[in-house]
Amino acid sequence: MDVLIQTLVSGILIGGIYALIGLGMTLIMGVMKIINLAHGQLMMVAMYITYMLYEYLHLDPYFSLLIAMPVLFALGALIQKYLLNPLLKVDSILPENQVLMTVGLAMVLTEIIRFIFHSDYRSVKTVYSNATLYISGISFNVPMIVAFGIAVLLSAVLFFFLLKTDLGKSVRATAQNKDAAILMGINAEWITILTYGLGSALVAAAGTLLLPIFYLFPDIGGPFTLKAFVITMLGGMGSTVGAIVGGVVLGIAESLGATYISMALKDAVAMVIFLLVLIFLPGGLKTLTKI
Amino acid sequence: MSFFETRHLTKHFGGLTAVNDLSFQVEKGEIYGLIGPNGSGKTTVFNLITGYHPVSAGEILFRGAPINGLPTWKICKLGVGRTFQVVKPLRRMSVLENVMTSAFNRTGKKSEAMDKAMEVLEFCELLKKKDYPAKGLTIGDRKRLEIGRALATGPELLLLDETMAGLTPQEQTAGAELIRKIRDSGITIIIVEHIMHVIMNICDRLLCINYGQDIARGTPVEVANDHAVIEAYLGKE
Amino acid sequence: MKLPRWSTLIVIVLLLAFPMVVPSDYYRHIFIIALMWVVIGSAWNLLAGYTGQVSFGHAIFFGSGAYTAGLCASKLGISAWWGMLLGGPVALLVGLVIGWICFRLRGPYFALATIAIGEIFRLVATDWRSLTEGMEGILIIQTFRSKIPYYYLALFLAGASVYAIHRIMQSKWGYYFVAIREDQDAAEAMGISAFRYKSLSLMVSSFFTGLAGTLYMNYMAFIDPHVVFSLHDVSIMAILVAIIGGVGTLWGPPAGAFIMVLLQETFRSAFFGLFPPWVSESHVLVFGLLVIFVIRYMANGIVGDWPKIQRLWTRKNPMLPANDGN
Ligand SMILES: Nc1ncnc2c1ncn2[C@@H]1O[C@H](COP(=O)(O)OP(=O)(O)OP(=O)(O)O)[C@@H](O)[C@H]1O
Ligand SMILES: [Mg+2]
Repeated sequence: MDVLIQTLVSGILIGGIYALIGLGMTLIMGVMKIINLAHGQLMMVAMYITYMLYEYLHLDPYFSLLIAMPVLFALGALIQKYLLNPLLKVDSILPENQVLMTVGLAMVLTEIIRFIFHSDYRSVKTVYSNATLYISGISFNVPMIVAFGIAVLLSAVLFFFLLKTDLGKSVRATAQNKDAAILMGINAEWITILTYGLGSALVAAAGTLLLPIFYLFPDIGGPFTLKAFVITMLGGMGSTVGAIVGGVVLGIAESLGATYISMALKDAVAMVIFLLVLIFLPGGLKTLTKI
Repeated sequence: MSFFETRHLTKHFGGLTAVNDLSFQVEKGEIYGLIGPNGSGKTTVFNLITGYHPVSAGEILFRGAPINGLPTWKICKLGVGRTFQVVKPLRRMSVLENVMTSAFNRTGKKSEAMDKAMEVLEFCELLKKKDYPAKGLTIGDRKRLEIGRALATGPELLLLDETMAGLTPQEQTAGAELIRKIRDSGITIIIVEHIMHVIMNICDRLLCINYGQDIARGTPVEVANDHAVIEAYLGKE
Repeated sequence: MKLPRWSTLIVIVLLLAFPMVVPSDYYRHIFIIALMWVVIGSAWNLLAGYTGQVSFGHAIFFGSGAYTAGLCASKLGISAWWGMLLGGPVALLVGLVIGWICFRLRGPYFALATIAIGEIFRLVATDWRSLTEGMEGILIIQTFRSKIPYYYLALFLAGASVYAIHRIMQSKWGYYFVAIREDQDAAEAMGISAFRYKSLSLMVSSFFTGLAGTLYMNYMAFIDPHVVFSLHDVSIMAILVAIIGGVGTLWGPPAGAFIMVLLQETFRSAFFGLFPPWVSESHVLVFGLLVIFVIRYMANGIVGDWPKIQRLWTRKNPMLPANDGN
């Protein structure tokens, strides 16, 4: 029983961080109608930024959020403005050109990082890295709790932004119906730039929060891109609430899988579930209005 | 038994009933007009007939056999051709290739498909533009291509959805001429059109719907003078 | 771009003569690999470039072919060459099943599904040790010491696949494939079963990709799940080969295959030893930059945008008077 509860607790805690990854992806999928195959790689870049700040300036990883998020926001916005948006004007055979562009981006980001840092494993060991709380026999890893709290806070801010601010409403309108949004005077191009920036900043936050828990290496991005898809699909095809649900579900499922099934097959199980959801719970991109 | 008929055809989109208990019969060789204000459900009727949407209730019979539930391509194979209100040219193919692709519906041989396509292009007066890429056509020619493609599938029943919207008056006259020619070649036609003088001139019978329900039917003159029809188009006094 | 008949002939003659003229096993090896990628890239292009279904899972078929050949040797104790007969059909059947599962999805959702299935294949092949030997892989003994037989086999496969695809695209299937790519709804209204013809396209595509896998097994004599079911090194590489060369063109993927393999080899060897060794680490980076550049400025690839490239070149000569003759 204790093992089960312990497993659930760690699953939920990591799920909170996964939710941030999913939220970023959902925003991008909703507004641009593309899948972002560079999502995990953007997260990896943020992790290296945080790592450097820690290694050379001795900044606390949580403090680095304030740097990593804006930097990734800018990176994402630039990518959207100069690499993704121009493709809309080109008449190309494959409508998936933007998706293929994100593949190229993923490769470039990974390889630049590998060039600088090589393939070595790195980690950030803070004083509280191994700190643990015990509440009635269940252990709570302190960095995970802090990360979970920050993730919840950021999600709340995002919801406030989307539901209450004019800009946020424009984002939702664009996601729901781009043409109508343009007719209403919304600058859709600027919204896409903002959205990709926001998505990148959110996944940057997730990366920074994960850093004290995970080992860091250049190829860590790929698996997280896949996780991002699983989260977005699991949670109901692109809705923001769904992304949070999906994040927590994946967190729990992984944690249960690691405890009760073999490590290798657990990933395969996640993919099978993903496929089943993709095929049997269709509905396309239900976007942010599904809140 | 009618050549084509619908029985109590109904379609719900969530809470919206786009087509509501609609029954009508079309006889072989006639031009049957389907009219109604914007959003009254005309295109939805076509989408139901051709299997793009599953029907919520009711039946569709073509030559006495039910066709609802069949996939779109099978309905085409049975002999129901259609055009789209929002034209869908195969953009990176030439005009000829567009029509040839349709012509493959009745043959596997490239030479036969080519012959059929040339025949149809001549019929639709598109022969001169056969090597143009479809994406470069004017709206009038796109509408013609749409018709040509439907014709090349070898239909017995042709559904035309606003093939004359956005055309110049001359093009409209030519279009009406073309539609009559198609009928004279033995193809039955159901036509959706907003341009009244075209409808009044070429249709044998008319059905007017509003909010997916039929409100009047009969000869063009009867329908044009129907109180409910005038109300639907002009609003209640 | 259509290659005129005579330049096609020259290319064929050059490729036939190549291993005789160039005595280096190293270059023969590079060409064998490039020819293998001609097969895979062309196969991917049939499904994605012509039929419009972007797959991120062609490693599934490559791996299925390779493992069919490998298992012939390791489990059945027969020559891995039998895999050349079986591998194509096995991959085709896998393609049939995957199409049945995935073709209810459109666009990016189809792409996602193929990623997921690719991962499932890799993970299961890694875990199912009793069948696949897991990460230990399957090792066989090469039949020939010389590269020349493998070279001609690869050349034959490349030629056969390009020619087959050329013939398909001239037939009813070809018209139907492109119609589905251009507008699936319109295609259905023209009497085309999108599901059936997408499946046919996928089956042909997986068949040739599977054949390339059997060639790989026989030639390289070693496979493991992370090599042949690799998302990056096979599935994405197939995409890169096609988009660099030009999707939806017959000669794009073959051109892309040679460009990519030569580029990879040039960087991997740090320009054949001319440059310092760190250059050799940058070959994936170069791929990535090339992809970004091509998608951004040559959306139809090098072959597809060839006229544009030519124009660029002629305009770069402002010194030439416009009307030379007058
Ligand atoms: N796929 C769909 N999902 C939801 N609602 C739909 C769908 N297609 C049509 N509708 C709705 O059904 C109603 C009828 O639409 P339809 O396109 O059939 O009208 P129409 O008579 O063809 O109009 P128009 O003359 O403007 O072409 C409209 O209210 C429309 O919004
Ligand atoms: Mg309509």
